[in-house]
Amino acid sequence: MKQEAFEARYADTWEQLEEWMAVLAKGRRRGDDPAERRTIGREFPALYRQICHHLALARARRYSTGLQARLNQLALDGHQHMYRARLPFVSATIKFFANDFPAAFRQQWRFMLASHLVFYLPFALMALAVAMKPELVYSLIEPGQVSMMEEMYDPANDKLGRERQSDTDLLMFGFYIYNNISIGFQTFAGGLLFGLGTVFYLVFNGLYFGAVAAHLTAAGFSSTFWTFVAGHSAFELTAIAIFGGTGLRIGASAIAPGQKSRWHAIRDAAREILPLVYGGTALLVGAAFVEAFWSSTTWPPPMVKYSVGIGLWILTFAYLLLMGRRDSRP
Amino acid sequence: MSESRHLLDTTHNIATPEGVELKLPVAGLPARTLAWLVDALIKLVGLFVAATVLALMGEAGIGLYLLVLFSAFWLYNVLFEVFNRGATPGKRALGLRVMNTNGTPVGWAGSTIRNLLRAVDVLPGCYLLGFLSVHLSERFQRLGDLAAGTIVVHETPAANLDLKADGGPLPVKVPLSAVEQQAIVSFAERAPRINAERVDELAEMLEPVIAGVDAEQLKRHAAWIAGGTQS
Repeated sequence: MKQEAFEARYADTWEQLEEWMAVLAKGRRRGDDPAERRTIGREFPALYRQICHHLALARARRYSTGLQARLNQLALDGHQHMYRARLPFVSATIKFFANDFPAAFRQQWRFMLASHLVFYLPFALMALAVAMKPELVYSLIEPGQVSMMEEMYDPANDKLGRERQSDTDLLMFGFYIYNNISIGFQTFAGGLLFGLGTVFYLVFNGLYFGAVAAHLTAAGFSSTFWTFVAGHSAFELTAIAIFGGTGLRIGASAIAPGQKSRWHAIRDAAREILPLVYGGTALLVGAAFVEAFWSSTTWPPPMVKYSVGIGLWILTFAYLLLMGRRDSRP
Repeated sequence: MSESRHLLDTTHNIATPEGVELKLPVAGLPARTLAWLVDALIKLVGLFVAATVLALMGEAGIGLYLLVLFSAFWLYNVLFEVFNRGATPGKRALGLRVMNTNGTPVGWAGSTIRNLLRAVDVLPGCYLLGFLSVHLSERFQRLGDLAAGTIVVHETPAANLDLKADGGPLPVKVPLSAVEQQAIVSFAERAPRINAERVDELAEMLEPVIAGVDAEQLKRHAAWIAGGTQS
């Protein structure tokens, strides 16, 4: 068949698909004709396959590159519509928190454990070192920053953890989201540098927190410092460790890809730990809420603050270790 | 010329379940850089507007501004790529689109991975790792793309639709291979820049393929090959 005859015969078919693609691209709007949508839904696959056939014919018969390009574009658009992922958002979110996130945490328990160790060992060692030799705190943190820290936890404050007493809860919430989640994402991304970036963030944060905790305790601010961090510590520290674990997983697959090619192993690892990235983000949002609106308050007695803190630690790990066990296997 | 010979080009082929191969023109560094600049500009303007408005709200405004800043850094690309058919406004402006290497639309997983790993692509500054990766990988992928299994492609293949010829497009009556068609189109594109004798000489070389062809006719053929319809 000559190209002109081919074009003449099927032009209507192509225009039909182009028209439908335009309708689909617009997305659902109010005032749409539901009957039209149903027709598209019913007839789209057949029409799409027909156009794939036309594309194959056009290539085999060496029709003009212009026509081939047009059919290629049509088939590609159709392909994108045909094989797009359709996820019901609400039920997927529920399933995520009820199952996927804690299940992924347990599935990756080796990396989660390793990350906790890489984070808490420097933490403990630094805290111990600063407790024995207080001046060591200045080896890690600038003197100016240390005195700022001391100001934030001065027992005379009526708001804890703030540089200036006028800082509002909302300001600090924004800051915690921006700062902490960015660090979490970078800890994850650092895994691509054969895990080195991740180890750096984990060790540095461990050392930093250890130094601050030991210094403020020694300075006699324990009543304010520990009551402040008790509330959000479970969410925040666990989230850092989770992000660290995702980075270590990526790094491990980059170092030892096993039977797969290196990028193939990294791709698979990234998809596997994705629930942990989302879950870690959710934990940090929770931590920011607690830190901005609860931890900073001075009215609850210390016992209440410590109890809430311990309760949240138990809750966090009970959730991660026990939730979704029944249907964690597909 | 044989079509089976593997030619160096920037097309990414996808085998579909329908048994036909789709050809995708992968986008290179210049287009992607421009798209990035357009996005950066949009984000800057957005941040400036947000800063101006939120400055009126005092301390709480700074908190909200930090949330906006966080969104500009981390959420802007993911949300646009997922909900705007694989394209941020900058990519849309340049006619680019992100998709999975198998040709399906990029989803939450692919977009999140490629955009969070941007933090590594920018290292050690000015996107140096991303720059190297784009040049060393087969499909111009930066590290985030390689880890996510995504590619950036041109929305529509660059067609030479503006080829003009006196007398309008003229259909070619014999089947021509892609290479032959491309040669004719290139000929028409270059013709205005070479002298008339050479144009005729070049056109004569096609005698064995299309009998009795001359330069003017060849230009009309080119217009038709490039997608023009006979008037």
